[in-house]
Amino acid sequence: MKPAHIITPLLVAMGVGALSAMAVRNPILLDVPAASIPSDLETTVAGVNDWFAERWTLDGVEPAGMADDLTILRRLSLSLHGTIPSLEEIRRFEADDRPDRLEQWTAAMLDDPRFADYFAERLARAFVGVGQGQFIIFRRDRFNAWLGRQLKDDVPYDEIVRAMITGQGIWTSKGEVNFVTAAIANDEFDPNKLTARTVRAFLGQRMDCAQCHDHPFDDWTQAQFEGLTAHYVPVGRSLVGVEDADRFAFTLPAEFLEDLKGTDVSDRLRGEFRENDYSIRARAELMPLVDGELWVLLDGDESDEEELQPQYAIHLDNGELKVSTRQQVYIVDDTRYDEVRVVPPAVPFHPEWLGEEGTPRQRLAEWVTHPENRRFERAIVNRVWGLMFGRPFALDRPVDDLPDPDDPVTAESLALLDMLGEDFRQHDYSIKRLVQVIAASRPFRLASDVQSAGEAELEDLERSWAVFPLVRLRPEQVIGAMLQAASVKTIDRNSHLFVRFLRFAREQGFVDEFGDPGENELSDRVGTIPQALLRMNGQLASELTEPNPFGSVGRISALASSPEATLDACYLVCLTRRPTEPEREHFLPQLGTQREGQAVQDLFWALFNSPEFSWNH
Amino acid sequence: MTDMHNALKRPVSRRDVLRLAAGLGVSFSLPALDLRAAAQRGSERPRSVIILWMAGGPSQLETWDPHPGTKYGGPTKAIDTTVPGLQIADLFPRMAEQMHHLSVIRSLVSKEGDHERGTYFVQTGYRPDPTVVHPAMGAVLANRLQDPELEIPQHVSLASGDGFVVPRGGYLGDQWDAFRIFDPGRNIRNMQPRVGEKRQQRRLQNLDVVTSAFRRGRARAVEQTLHEDVVERALLMMSSEQLKAFQIDEEPQEIVEGYGDSRFGRGCLVARRLVEQGVRSIQVVLQGFDTHANNFDGHRTQAEILDPAFAALMQDLVERDLLDSTVVLCVGEFGRTPQINPLDGRDHWPLGFSCVLGGGGLRSGLVIGETSPEDQVRDRTLKPADPVEIPDLYATILARMGVDGDEEINTPIGRPIAICEGTPIASLLEEA
Repeated sequence: MKPAHIITPLLVAMGVGALSAMAVRNPILLDVPAASIPSDLETTVAGVNDWFAERWTLDGVEPAGMADDLTILRRLSLSLHGTIPSLEEIRRFEADDRPDRLEQWTAAMLDDPRFADYFAERLARAFVGVGQGQFIIFRRDRFNAWLGRQLKDDVPYDEIVRAMITGQGIWTSKGEVNFVTAAIANDEFDPNKLTARTVRAFLGQRMDCAQCHDHPFDDWTQAQFEGLTAHYVPVGRSLVGVEDADRFAFTLPAEFLEDLKGTDVSDRLRGEFRENDYSIRARAELMPLVDGELWVLLDGDESDEEELQPQYAIHLDNGELKVSTRQQVYIVDDTRYDEVRVVPPAVPFHPEWLGEEGTPRQRLAEWVTHPENRRFERAIVNRVWGLMFGRPFALDRPVDDLPDPDDPVTAESLALLDMLGEDFRQHDYSIKRLVQVIAASRPFRLASDVQSAGEAELEDLERSWAVFPLVRLRPEQVIGAMLQAASVKTIDRNSHLFVRFLRFAREQGFVDEFGDPGENELSDRVGTIPQALLRMNGQLASELTEPNPFGSVGRISALASSPEATLDACYLVCLTRRPTEPEREHFLPQLGTQREGQAVQDLFWALFNSPEFSWNH
Repeated sequence: MTDMHNALKRPVSRRDVLRLAAGLGVSFSLPALDLRAAAQRGSERPRSVIILWMAGGPSQLETWDPHPGTKYGGPTKAIDTTVPGLQIADLFPRMAEQMHHLSVIRSLVSKEGDHERGTYFVQTGYRPDPTVVHPAMGAVLANRLQDPELEIPQHVSLASGDGFVVPRGGYLGDQWDAFRIFDPGRNIRNMQPRVGEKRQQRRLQNLDVVTSAFRRGRARAVEQTLHEDVVERALLMMSSEQLKAFQIDEEPQEIVEGYGDSRFGRGCLVARRLVEQGVRSIQVVLQGFDTHANNFDGHRTQAEILDPAFAALMQDLVERDLLDSTVVLCVGEFGRTPQINPLDGRDHWPLGFSCVLGGGGLRSGLVIGETSPEDQVRDRTLKPADPVEIPDLYATILARMGVDGDEEINTPIGRPIAICEGTPIASLLEEA
């Protein structure tokens, strides 16, 4: 055997050991991230802070103190990367003595591919839901990858949204098209689903119940809902993917007006349809909707036993008789009221914002993202705030159901949404900037602990954003944090493929057993007993704390120079903080004994199961 | 109108004892409390519900509503039962002996013909609504009729798979999701500590130290997370004698065999044991009813599992005097089409399907509703005679369980929602 065969692995092992020893031991200077902070960030943040200061005075609350920088780093890491900072990162952060290191690190974290990946996954829940969708036709992975690229490149959010609403082509090569194909179920495209989603995700309004009846509380009507839906009706699928049907199938010569007088379909009319490759059955019937202007043709499909259904609309349009199929115009067969309607594309307010030309979807996209449409910017600000804090800014209501921006009752309390929204719009609808502003604002930097706050007081503080709320981590944040805590080095795209695969595979299994909160992810939730059992007794948690030379448990106990250093490292790696005095007193006697490996494992177990680990704070 | 948050915050019994115990490093294996609900018998007992969930949508024609010799009857024959005049499919000879304990509804109607949506509707009594998740009926009962003595979950799903079949707590909160057991009677997952008693105690002490540090300045906020509460309840469950209800080793061999050697059969046996322990809501899942092809072979296989298990369960509940306090409901998300498709299968049919229910003081021996497959195929707007809406079914069960279905719960989205929108079926509530 050649000496190289022995020496090479030895060198590698030593190198790995030395690197992690550096990370585990005292602060050493590694690279600090370099990224750009927008020059006018300070002004905007100052404006936001003034707004809150005024509000706190009005509300008569004394805000909590400032959180320490490590806590804020943990919050940033959880909300932007879905995991906690690694020991390696903590060491680098602590060694960074720039006065604006938090802003610097926020900017660097936004440029890290983990931000694009994680934020895309979080936003995708609002855009395409959490369901697996119809096999083959809906590719969630492609959608996420596309959205991730947009976020990475900081593509203006209004462009991102327009791309989704208007997406055409094959859903595998063009990820945005999956926004549309997500609405396909049982092989049928449901345009209502897209309407409801468009309004909820992009405008922060729930119109869903207007699909079947007028909204009981708000002013939404069924007619408005149907008008919006009409924009999505022409969506069709073909070999080239998703495309929009033309508005008309063919034109009937004017003399056919004669044939539209009664309910019977004349042979001549049937013949004309056949000429244009549309066959209608013998039992088909005509139904006039608007005298001398609009008719529907009822036909049956498949079996003869089925009831006749409206299949075609015939319009008198500038003296021409235009025929459209139900894939081209929205024909509503309302069995509830026994009424048939042909609904043209329409919007509930400000029709002048609609695009001048293009397909109905393109016109709708212009309307949704119109610079004067305050609902558009309010909705995304409220959501991004929610992703950062775990609670939407407009508390006590679903993240996607904001009041009318002109509602005088909430105008004042929600004015911040407009303030952030305006800054967002003026800066090219940059999601990254929006995150930076929120991350630098005072509420994000406040501590979550307030000495001697009673129940009522705490509620007041939370209501005014004068204390950082405790929010339960999402399942993938819990697993991400556990895996990260079990490794000294940062797990990211530079990690060994095997480590990343492990993370992916374990995340899937764990999230499945832990339970996914689904689309309503920003509502208040408590943990469950099976989750506690999984954390305490599950295989994964146990494996992660095995003292092996590759995990942090093994490395920390093998490489730390003293029991104090071991204890500090364990706390930093799990909770991103150092132990308090009582904690030191409790744990130090357990460490530095012969059974230190076991003691470290038992310490990790406690840290993993503590509320501090599972709740953002 | 009740505020759900108050219900959540109600302290759990023994919790403070346990917290103290944790703080002092006292063992969690406190002496077992003999509070088996089975100590009480007959109608005096607290009530439970067992829902046998027929996932995939069973064919009414091959179960409780056969139409032999008709256009759509297929090869399935009908047999007499212990209820005069009531015939069921010949695939269920053992159930035929038990029908006098049960009533049959043959006229359930729904508008949901998709598995996921249909399951949601039949489990909750509400049609899917993207703005709010309604709780499954099992979760509602567990939530409304909480038993503080119970150390194991009040809401359990046995033989459950993943996904939408698991009954959810919905707006009541995730803690009312059914506790899932994949393979009943076999090992339960994550229930054993990974280390010995001594180290477990050290771990719990450690946990207390770490938690105390976090609680400083956040006492209220941490309490509101219910994190410690949940951990304590998990620990309580791990050390509880009541866990034995999930095991079947102590059951005599002939009993185990009577239920049949299947996940579903063992699930039914465990369900009976959970009822004895006082668990409020139990779902036992039998997958495999989605017979778009080979409907008749498919239902034969299903019946070979369902018939012995269901019959053994009924017999057991009667013999142990548990039936008066236990509602049993056997239902799926919809029925199957009268028409037989070219693959010899039947497709989804929510327009008139069957369920079987009884126990808990519900009137037995009734047959409610009547389908006329040929007429309904001809005209889909026709309803079966005496149609029963799903919410009415639940209103009936709630009434028997002593829960006010009209009560409105203030949901997290700020909209009060009634527990149930239905009206009880009078004939099932009448004294016989």
